[in-house]
Order: sequence, then structure tokens, then C-alpha cells
Amino acid sequence: MASAFEYAPAPESRGNVDIAPSYGLFIDGEFTEAADGKVFKTVSPSTEEVLSEIAQAGEADVDRAVKAARKAFEKWSALPGSERAKYLFRIARIIQERSRELAVLETLDNGKPIKETRDADLPLVAAHFFYYAGWADKLGHAGFGPDPKPLGIAGQVIPWNFPLLMLAWKIAPALATGNTVVLKPAETTPLSALFFADICRQAGLPKGVVNILPGYGDTGAALVAHPDVNKVAFTGSTAVGKEIARTVAGSRKKLTLELGGKGANIVFDDAPIDQAVEGIVNGIFFNQGQVCCAGSRLLVQESIQDELLESLKRRLSTLRLGDPLDKNTDIGAINSEEQLSRITTLVEQGEAEGAERWSPACDIPSAGYWFAPTLFTNVTQAHRIARDEIFGPVLSVLTFRTPDEAVAKANNTPYGLSAGIWTEKGSRILAVANKLRAGVVWSNTFNKFDPTSPFGGYKESGFGREGGRHGLEAYLDV
Amino acid sequence: MSEKTEKTERFDRLSVFKTYKLYVGGKFPRSESGRVYEVTDSKGNWLANAPLSSRKDARDAVVAARKAFGGWSGATAYNRGQILYRIAEMLEGRREQYVREVADAEGLSKSKAAAQVDAAIDRWVWYAGWTDKIAQVVGGGNPVAGPYFNLSSPEPTGVVAVVAPQDSSFLGLISVVAPVIATGNTAIVVASEKSPLPALSLGEVLATSDLPGGVVNVLSGRTAEIATPLAAHQDVNAIDLAGADEVLAKELEIAAADNLKRVLRPQPVDDWAATPGIDRMTAFLETKTVWHPTGSLGASGSSY
Amino acid sequence: MPTNASAAAHALTDVTASDSTLRRFLHGLPGVDAVGLEGRAASLGTRSIKTTAKAYAIDLAISMVDLTTLEGADTPGKVRALGAKAVHPDPTDRTTPATAAVCVYPDMVATAKEAVAGSGVKVASVATAFPAGRAALGVKLADVRDAVSAGADEVDMVIDRGAFLAGNYMKVYDEIVAVKEACGTSARLKVIFETGELSTYDNIRRASWLGMLAGADFIKTSTGKVAVNATPANTLLMLEAVRDFRAQTGIQVGVKPAGGIRTTKDAIKFLVLVNETAGEDWLDNHWFRFGASSLLNDLLMQRQKLATGRYSGPDYVTVD
Repeated sequence: MASAFEYAPAPESRGNVDIAPSYGLFIDGEFTEAADGKVFKTVSPSTEEVLSEIAQAGEADVDRAVKAARKAFEKWSALPGSERAKYLFRIARIIQERSRELAVLETLDNGKPIKETRDADLPLVAAHFFYYAGWADKLGHAGFGPDPKPLGIAGQVIPWNFPLLMLAWKIAPALATGNTVVLKPAETTPLSALFFADICRQAGLPKGVVNILPGYGDTGAALVAHPDVNKVAFTGSTAVGKEIARTVAGSRKKLTLELGGKGANIVFDDAPIDQAVEGIVNGIFFNQGQVCCAGSRLLVQESIQDELLESLKRRLSTLRLGDPLDKNTDIGAINSEEQLSRITTLVEQGEAEGAERWSPACDIPSAGYWFAPTLFTNVTQAHRIARDEIFGPVLSVLTFRTPDEAVAKANNTPYGLSAGIWTEKGSRILAVANKLRAGVVWSNTFNKFDPTSPFGGYKESGFGREGGRHGLEAYLDV
Repeated sequence: MSEKTEKTERFDRLSVFKTYKLYVGGKFPRSESGRVYEVTDSKGNWLANAPLSSRKDARDAVVAARKAFGGWSGATAYNRGQILYRIAEMLEGRREQYVREVADAEGLSKSKAAAQVDAAIDRWVWYAGWTDKIAQVVGGGNPVAGPYFNLSSPEPTGVVAVVAPQDSSFLGLISVVAPVIATGNTAIVVASEKSPLPALSLGEVLATSDLPGGVVNVLSGRTAEIATPLAAHQDVNAIDLAGADEVLAKELEIAAADNLKRVLRPQPVDDWAATPGIDRMTAFLETKTVWHPTGSLGASGSSY
Repeated sequence: MPTNASAAAHALTDVTASDSTLRRFLHGLPGVDAVGLEGRAASLGTRSIKTTAKAYAIDLAISMVDLTTLEGADTPGKVRALGAKAVHPDPTDRTTPATAAVCVYPDMVATAKEAVAGSGVKVASVATAFPAGRAALGVKLADVRDAVSAGADEVDMVIDRGAFLAGNYMKVYDEIVAVKEACGTSARLKVIFETGELSTYDNIRRASWLGMLAGADFIKTSTGKVAVNATPANTLLMLEAVRDFRAQTGIQVGVKPAGGIRTTKDAIKFLVLVNETAGEDWLDNHWFRFGASSLLNDLLMQRQKLATGRYSGPDYVTVD
């Protein structure tokens, strides 16, 4: 938006974070090279600058890490809950202390705006550890019997969209319940997990309780398949989730999966329009739309479509895309070249199928992976962009005439993670929320998260819940 | 049955056999395949011919269960409780029939069979009482750090395929079916392959207990033949593998991954009569969390 | 924006045809979700305005100040001092822009006019039995005429909140229309809602439309005399209203948050709200004002800091 009031660049200082030229695997409390010496590079998606070289864990390393976790399990699970709690409280506090550093690091490695890492990711990460810290010595009151036991070793595989937050969602409940952990961060965003390893060191966490194994999909597959892993937790794509479900079939491994989505954001004609517009924007452009619970399908009541779209387009024109470290950036970089090409392909398909594409005027930086906020109108349930998870800043707009039709369209997907409802009529919110087959329903708001609030999907969006009392179940032998 | 019965008859009246049929969508069809198989008692004596269900019967049962899901999951928990209790009442009235069938099926003495049937009736009563309590036990408000009302409630997963236990043909069956439907799911039950008759007879009670047709559908036949298409069916949301052996359970779990069914793996059960916990209900419940702004009284003074 | 603005404006005249049409219209406006509105205001409050943008914003903010004194103890001397400061806010730096206006009670208008004569600084006068507005219409109109005849360029009226809260929207409307008429062509009319007393955001949105329909040149949050005055959220809401009103009618209306804005940081947050809600057409003191007194000195100190690189202190700006 060209305006008389041009915001001067306001970059957050990179000096807050000191990234080493290389990092090892974190096994048994030590940083170590991969057994086969393999490494890979992690780049900053906004500049394509190489940030660091990372050891790449192979099968032998997975085995080493699982052994370390097994060795640590005996003592860790035998600790009084109150002692485990104090370790987690320490971790939570250190995260708060180092939150600016971690926010900058996450922004560099992931490409998301500093505004989000600073105001959303990091506060939620610390809050998650605080929340589960408190559970560690109260498990007998959680509704899973008087003395629920841990499962053993949790093999955890997390995605690149909220690297540190997904780590927190996995590690905090696992440790609180007395399990030990082997975690594989995503190959494009390994850094914050490795910094977390250092936080474990600062907190004095016993060796082997947390092990971090950077690597690609094959590392994750080896971890999931390892016979001495008792619990598998995965957040990522539905396709990989299904593969993992097949891998653990017939075993005793407990499985929770947090997978894809194609969330419907339903706007009724009596919605609080200005807030609905904000909710739509937040729903699909938060984290460049790389959010499993994104509101990627806008279902708008036909009678207010024109009015709403006009407001929405006006609002999109104020979004500021650019340097993720700039405090005024709303839209950062796409996480990887691969993801960018997936988004591009699906968007081209949307155009080819006859949907109408619109983006606000915005300058795309020359280096890095970028995609302008994009809106598709004239979309029907038959379009691929209304069915496939795009995982990018792309909103498909569909219309409906009646609440029944809205519900039917919202539910017409194999996914079932999130949905939004916008109306000022209370009974309609409750009635529609009741009928939506989705694990999280945001009414008159969107994309809100809290450690006390269970999160997870219906249908092909996965099973199990993370967060809240419900989140304990995944890590207890119940 | 026949031989023994005839001996005790004073005059030479020929007894009337029952034709055992499937229970699908509230009706009692024969297998679409037209096939039957011989069911014998524990000593190998012929008891009846049971329908040998095909994959098409499984498909029809899924359609019926899906159709029934909206109404059953939308019924009030109180109403579901009333109906489950009604099932117990109806069973109590036909207690002797089930005692005989269970004794024949499982080779139990009359008193042991009676204990099984009594426990099965009581199990319906237990779950009848759960329908309007489970949400309070496993759901609740979440104190989020912001001006939002946040409530988590359990909701039924949907259509659940239940591979009933092979050994406990009636108590085991009811122990796995009742928790599935108590919470609002609908079920397709694959009866014990060897002893399907009590399960097939159960349909007669369900049909007269105000339970809407399609909420429970009972199929008999080869477990693997019926369970395999159910595990792979894209419109089935979950599967209970209680009656699957290790090899079959693994195969079914792999097939179930195609649409990410919730899978309850087989667990060793020493005594089906023991008081169940809530695990069999929670295995087929989803947690839905709904957020709404509260409009807290903020510093602005206009927070409504 | 409609292609035929006057036709759209005409369509809205039906709205004020009767008490019931007006009520239906105001109650048919989209509702406001309080948490969402405040969340949006807070999120815009995180914009980081630095260096050149800050310099621009500070000068713009100074030029938008309605430098205000509304005390029982006001004297000609006090008002003259205020006028002098409005014309030359920073005596040490003549590049500092003048404020938009001085804002006084009607009996001080003549004095204020003299004090700012020839500078381009406007004189605004509160009227209509400010701040309570509890007087007969005749008294209120006399108050307005008094101010206008003394040379007021702008009149800041208060609405009858009692009538509004009683649901008597037509009475509020008629009163604004009458005051507008009393302002004639020489004075622009600012309509004060006293948002803190209207209490709900839905009411603030309705009052905004009511005021604009009745011919307000500006809609203004508050008198500065109650506990809750201008907030980012209620100002954001009013900016949405003027934006939407122009889109429907082609008529642009100004916004004036008043009371409680004391620091440069606060003022810049409001300018960000203007920039990203109503848009740059409102980034001009003809369309946006700050009703404030102590804010000016903080803006001046920040301006000095930008110029010299040193933090300034209260001894380097003038008291008034």
C-alpha cells in the first residue's frame, strides 16, 4: 500500500542470536556427529542464506538415541512427579528468558514474521511447558486412574510450520508423564530444537531424557519403526500420517497423529463483519497459511458475498509482505522451495479449473521463497483448491444459502480439524458448532491456541488430542 | 437341541426351528449372497444355519449405520439412556432364551450361562447410566489465558465396525457393542464366527427396544471376510478389533490406516464380567473444543 | 465507493424518515465483537514506527492536535498562552508545525481568536451545555450561536446520551441537525458521543452512523470529562464507520479521539489505526484530530530527541 505514512524498516536485531556454523545430533546429553558423518544445510527461506550445517541422523543414530532414552527412562520415570515438574518449570523459565533470541532464530530458520514468533510462538511455547510442568505431580487427579504410568520412550516427529511450538506440544506432556523422548525436527527447521537441547542442558535435565535427531523423512521413518519405541507422536501431512499408522499396525506402540486440514470459515449474514474480516485474514494468512488448522475455505452467505469480499480485498491490500525480521511484516517467506512449488502448482490448477484468482499489489523480494496473499472466487466444492490442503496463503471462497448448506459444505471433506463460525446469533453458533465435524471450532474468532485447550482432529486430520488434560492420555499407559 | 427336546416332549410334536437372519437397518435380511454356514455347539452338534455374510452385506450395513448416525448421535443423552435401559428390560424378559443359546454356544452349564446373561443384562444398565454422564467426566471448560469461553465436549466418532470377541458370544459381544452406541456411535457388529447365534438373536431384542434401526447392525459369517472390507471402508470411522487374532488384527489395522480409522487393538480379557472402565467409550469419542469470545470487561470500558 | 455518491446519500435519507426507520437502520448495522475489535486495535498497536516514519508521524500528530483547555478556572491569560503555544509549539524550532486548533469554552472563543489570528490555527469551541449536555434545546442552540458568532471555526457538541440510551434516536438526530444548522456554513461540527457513557461498541457504531447521517463533519469520542475516553478500540470502530459511510455515500467525515492520549507512542498508535483502517485520505488535520493537552509536550520532546539524538526534558518545552 503506497501511503504518505510509509513505515521505515524496523528490523529486529540479528545480534540477539548466535548461530554456530555447525550442529551435531543431541544424544544422551551430548552433541555428536552422525555415525555415517552425513550433514545437511539449513537455509533462511527469506534470503536463501545458509544458516548452519546440521548432522543428519541415520538408522544407527536412531538406535543410539533410543538406547540413551531407554537408559534414562528408568530413573526419569521413577523420579517423584514433583521433581519432574521442577525440571519443566526450569525449562519454561529459561524459554521465557531466552524468548527474544529464540524468536529471532525461529524467524531466521522458518521465514515467519518476527511479530508472530515474538507474540505467538514463543509465549505459547513457554506457557505449554508451564502448563504441563504443573501436571507432573498431579497425574493421579487427571482421570486416568490413581497412579497412571508412562509408556516409555516417545518417538516424536514434528513439522516445520511451528518448529519450537510443536516441539513443546510433544515434549512437555511426554516429560511431565515420565516418558523420555527422541524427537526429530523437520529438515528445513532444525535449529530451534537444537537450541532447545541447550536449554535442557542449562536446566540440568538428566542425560538421555531428551534426544534431538535432525534429519529427513527417512530418519523419522527409522524412529517410528524402531522396536524399542513405545509411543509415536507425529504432526505433519495426512499422507505421512497414514504411512506411520501402517508402520505401527500390529505393534503395541501408542499412536497420536496431528495431520492436515481444510478448515471452513463460515460467515453468516449477521456476522460482525469487521471482526470476521480480521478472522478470515488471521485464519488463512497467519504463518503464510502454513497452518494445519487454517481457515482455507471461506464459506460466505451469498447475500453478503460482495460486501464481504470488498472489505476483505481492501484489508488484504494493507498486508505487509517482506523481511520476516521487520517488526511490521505481516506476511513472511514460504518455508522452502519445495513448499513454494507445491503452492504454485495448486494455485495454477485452481486457475486452470476456472476459479478467479486475485492478489493485492505487493512487491515480492528477489531472493528467497515468497507467495503473495491470494484469494480465489468462483470456487465450488468440486475444485481441487477447495479439497486439497494447499498449506499456503491461498483462500478459496465459496458461497452458501442456508445454515444447512453451510454445514454440509463445511463437513464435505475427508479432513476434520478446524472450523470457524461468524454470526451474532448465539443459538446459531451453538447449533452449527454442534454439527461441524471438526476438533476445534472457533466462533467469532479464529486460530486461537492455549495450552489448556485440547487440539486435534476428526477423520483424516488425525487422532488424539494435544493440550489440556486430554493431552496427557497420549503419553500414559491407559 | 432337537434331539434332547424331542425326548422330553410327551407327544411327538416336531419343534419349530428359528431361521437366524442378519440384523441390518432395523430389518432382518438374509445374506445378500444367499449363503449360510453350519453353526454347531461346543460338541459339534448342529444348532442352526447362520447367514454367511458377504462384503456386500458389510457395505449395506455401513449404509444403514451411516444413515442412522445423525438421528442417534443427535438424540439426547437421556433418551439414549432410556433406550439402553429398555434393551436391558427386553433382555430380562427373554432371559431363558439367551441362557439356552449361550449354554449351547459356549458349552457352559445352565448356571454359568445364566451368570453370563445376567452380567450382559447388567452391562446394558451400566451403560444406560453412562450416556448422560460421560460428557461431564471427559469434557469440561478450559481456563484459557484470554477473554474466551472454551469448552471441550466428547462427540461420537461415527460409524464403528466392531469385531466381536470370538469366545464370549453374548457377554463379550454386549461388552463391546454397548459402549460404542451409548455415546451416540452406530455400529456394525461382526458376530463371533463360531458362535453367532446369541448375537443374531440380540437383533430381535434391539428391534423391540425403541433403538432406531441401523444403530446396531449384526453380521454373521467368516470374521476375516466381513471385517476386511469394513476395515478398508472409507465411510467407517473406527474399528474395534476385539475378536481379531494377531494376524488378522494387524492386517485390519493396516487397512484401517487408509482413512485413519480410530483403531482399538485387541486386548486380553480375563473376565468379561468384570466392571468395565470408560476406556471402551473414550476409544470411540472425539473431543470437540469450541471457543467463543467472552467480551471481558477491559480497560476500555466498552468491552461488550 | 458508489459511482453516484449523491444517489447513495439520498437513499440514506429514507433512513431518517421516521423514528422507526432510523431505529431499524441503526439496529441493522453489523454487530461488533468486542474481543475481536480490541484484538485488532492491539495488534495494530504493535507496529514499530521508527526513524523517518516516526518523524513524519510526530509532525503529523502535532498538526492534528486540538490544544485544549476546558477548565472552570480558564482565564483570558491562560487562553492567550494556549493560543501562542498552538501557533508556535516549540519556540526553539520554528520548523515545528502549528497545531490544528485550540479548543475552549464558548466564552473564551473571542480571546482565542485574537491569540491565533493570522496563523491558520482554528478555534474550536465546545457547546450544547458541554460536557453533560443536560439542558433544553434552546439553551444548547444559544450556546452554539454564541460560539459561532464569537468566531468559532469549529463547534464540538455533545449528544444527548440520555436520549440515545433511552432509544430515542430521533431526538438525538434532530438535535444534531439543529446544531448543524446553527453552525451555518462557517463552522464545522464535531459530534461528541461520550463513548464511555454509551458503554457498548454496538452503541458506538450506531451513534457514529447517527451522527454522520445528521450531518456531522467530525465524530468525536469523548469530552475528556469521564473515566473512559478515547481508546484505540473505540477510535478504530469510529474509523471503520467513517470509512464505510464514505463508501456508501461519498461523504467523508473526520474522526477525533479525545481524552487520555498523552504520549507520542499513543498518538502514533492512533495514526497507524487511521492509516490502516480509514486510509491515507484521513492522514490530514482536516480529517483527523487529537483532543489533548499534555500530548503536545511529549510530541515536542520526542521531536527534539529525533533532531538532536538526545532525550529531552520538561524544561525544554513550554508549560501553558
